[in-house]
Amino acid sequence: MNSGEKQTPATLWPALAGTALTIVYVILLLKVESQTEVIGLLVVGALAILATSWSGHLARAGQALTHHESILHLLVIFGALVIIGFFREDHFTLLLLTTVMLYVLATLGLNLQFGYAGVLNFAGASFFGIGGYTAAVLGAHTPVPDLLIILAGGVMAALIGSILLLPVLRTRGHYAAVVTIAFALLFKVFLEVNDILGGPQGLQVPGMEMFGWKFNNNIEIGALELSFYVNYLIVILLVLIAAFALVRRLERSWVGLNLDALRLDETAATCFGLNIVRWKVTAFLLGNFLIGIAGALSGMVIGFVAPTSFTFADSLILVSIVLLGGIGNVWGLVLATAIVVIIPEKLQAIQEYRFLLYAAMVMLMLLFRPEGLLPRPVRHYFPGWRPK
Amino acid sequence: MNAARKTKRARAGSPAAARKKKAEAAVMMSAEKLTKRFGGVVALDSLELELRQGEILGLIGPNGSGKTTFFNVVTGIYPANDGHVRFDGADITNASPQSVYHAGIARTFQRSRLSLPLSIFDNIMIGNHARLNQGLWFNLISRAAFKQEFEESFETARELVHIFDAPLADRMFDPVAGLPMIDRRRIEICRALISQPKLLLLDEPSAGMTHEETAQLMDDILEVRGRMEGLSIIIVEHEMGVIERITERCVVLNFGRKIAEGTFKQISNDREVQEAYLGIE
Repeated sequence: MNSGEKQTPATLWPALAGTALTIVYVILLLKVESQTEVIGLLVVGALAILATSWSGHLARAGQALTHHESILHLLVIFGALVIIGFFREDHFTLLLLTTVMLYVLATLGLNLQFGYAGVLNFAGASFFGIGGYTAAVLGAHTPVPDLLIILAGGVMAALIGSILLLPVLRTRGHYAAVVTIAFALLFKVFLEVNDILGGPQGLQVPGMEMFGWKFNNNIEIGALELSFYVNYLIVILLVLIAAFALVRRLERSWVGLNLDALRLDETAATCFGLNIVRWKVTAFLLGNFLIGIAGALSGMVIGFVAPTSFTFADSLILVSIVLLGGIGNVWGLVLATAIVVIIPEKLQAIQEYRFLLYAAMVMLMLLFRPEGLLPRPVRHYFPGWRPK
Repeated sequence: MNAARKTKRARAGSPAAARKKKAEAAVMMSAEKLTKRFGGVVALDSLELELRQGEILGLIGPNGSGKTTFFNVVTGIYPANDGHVRFDGADITNASPQSVYHAGIARTFQRSRLSLPLSIFDNIMIGNHARLNQGLWFNLISRAAFKQEFEESFETARELVHIFDAPLADRMFDPVAGLPMIDRRRIEICRALISQPKLLLLDEPSAGMTHEETAQLMDDILEVRGRMEGLSIIIVEHEMGVIERITERCVVLNFGRKIAEGTFKQISNDREVQEAYLGIE
């Protein structure tokens, strides 16, 4: 890493210490049960963030990690594994973790559409549902291997999403958003009245099985017994890493530049030869593909799909995660998903009011920090690259 | 090499000789009976216009006389109601903005239309669209090949920016949002020039800048043109000093019609032009 030396001898120690503290903090937060302890921890966390950002340590650690991106990636994967390992027997917490990861996967897709191409999609949960239903139907009635079923979930979401392409391409901004809202409402009604797809009761989804390895059995290694969710978490983590890398590369390429250009100024973009239709379609289909994959995985983990899991309200949560995290920033998605999914789950008191809370959070965000928790930085095609 | 340099100097040395030479050059672009109506308003009224290769043509006229509309019709943003636009031997009337760009016409906008959150480099690369590999496989999977194209494009962009402003060339990854107007104009012109167009349309490049800044920018434009053989330019401008200095010929519009044509000296002595501008009865 000789690139960063000239200006900032970015030392990694604060970042490493920060990561260790974050891992411990997340474990504690997931572990504690009593409400006072949860609230106490949240206050401590907020104060710690305020203090470190005031002292400049937070910015410096962030800078060091963006300079050494591969280390950041390794730390995050390591952190995820440590947390999974710690809660190896705790079904509830592990299920919570799968939810976080699948939401990150789905919002990565949403981020492609909204964050980069500027196409608002208020039917995220519907495409998530399409993935889940695809897994249910293919898993129960065909011998298709599960790995392909996951892909099929994504492909189906992209295919059905292409119905929306014509109206989405012909309208701009809010009008395109209205089209997706209509789709989300229609989708739920369609599922409820459709008996072949189980109507309001939904469908069972068979558990995952790969190469003779049954995911719904607990893992026994000697005396150690791991929850069956660990199986799923490992697979989901792998899929998530692949999707993350894909979205990252896309952002740091001419494709990402094209999407930004058409979002920011469609007229100027066409005057420089950009094919608006091609890139909007690419972003919309690819985004739905990722959402569909997340949906298929989610169906397999939970074991069943029903129309009530894929409502318009769920789509709104996905959109608010993107807004909260920092439109277009992939790390922002991780942070925002963790906040939106974990905190209401741990704070029983606010669970009833979670939608109110999300709404308030999004409004405060848009008012006081419209760029999100982690604003998107300027594009660096190859981090650490310097001109000769 | 030597001969080429000599001709360039000869050209720069005597405008009369240059003008004579231009007159012999091929017609680069022409508008024939070009008409654009917005409801009852005739923004362009049977406009006839010809531009030769390597020429700098000034397009002037009072506000609302159809200058920007002309640019928008040529670049395919508005469809023409009647008439033709020919460019480099092909009919490009009502072609899409994309195909106009691919044919070799690049433009700047009256209100600077840069993508403010993006870096200088990103903004310039938007203009380089035609020369970049847009394949998904190339962009996402074969990153080594992508890196090579990226590095080459970076060098080209940096060299171009360097002509306009050397310190700016060291800040290629700064967001455009924090830059002053003159730098934004420079970047906008670089964005138009990076694709090496045959025709550059400049829409009021001096807007929002001081006299000194404008003069500086015009120097840079002339320098770039010296390096890009055969580049033709149409410039819309209200600053008459600019028009006098850099154009070889001017066309004056009023209410969408051409009311005068000639060198700056000729048109500035034209009675109809004076009336249009000053409202002399």
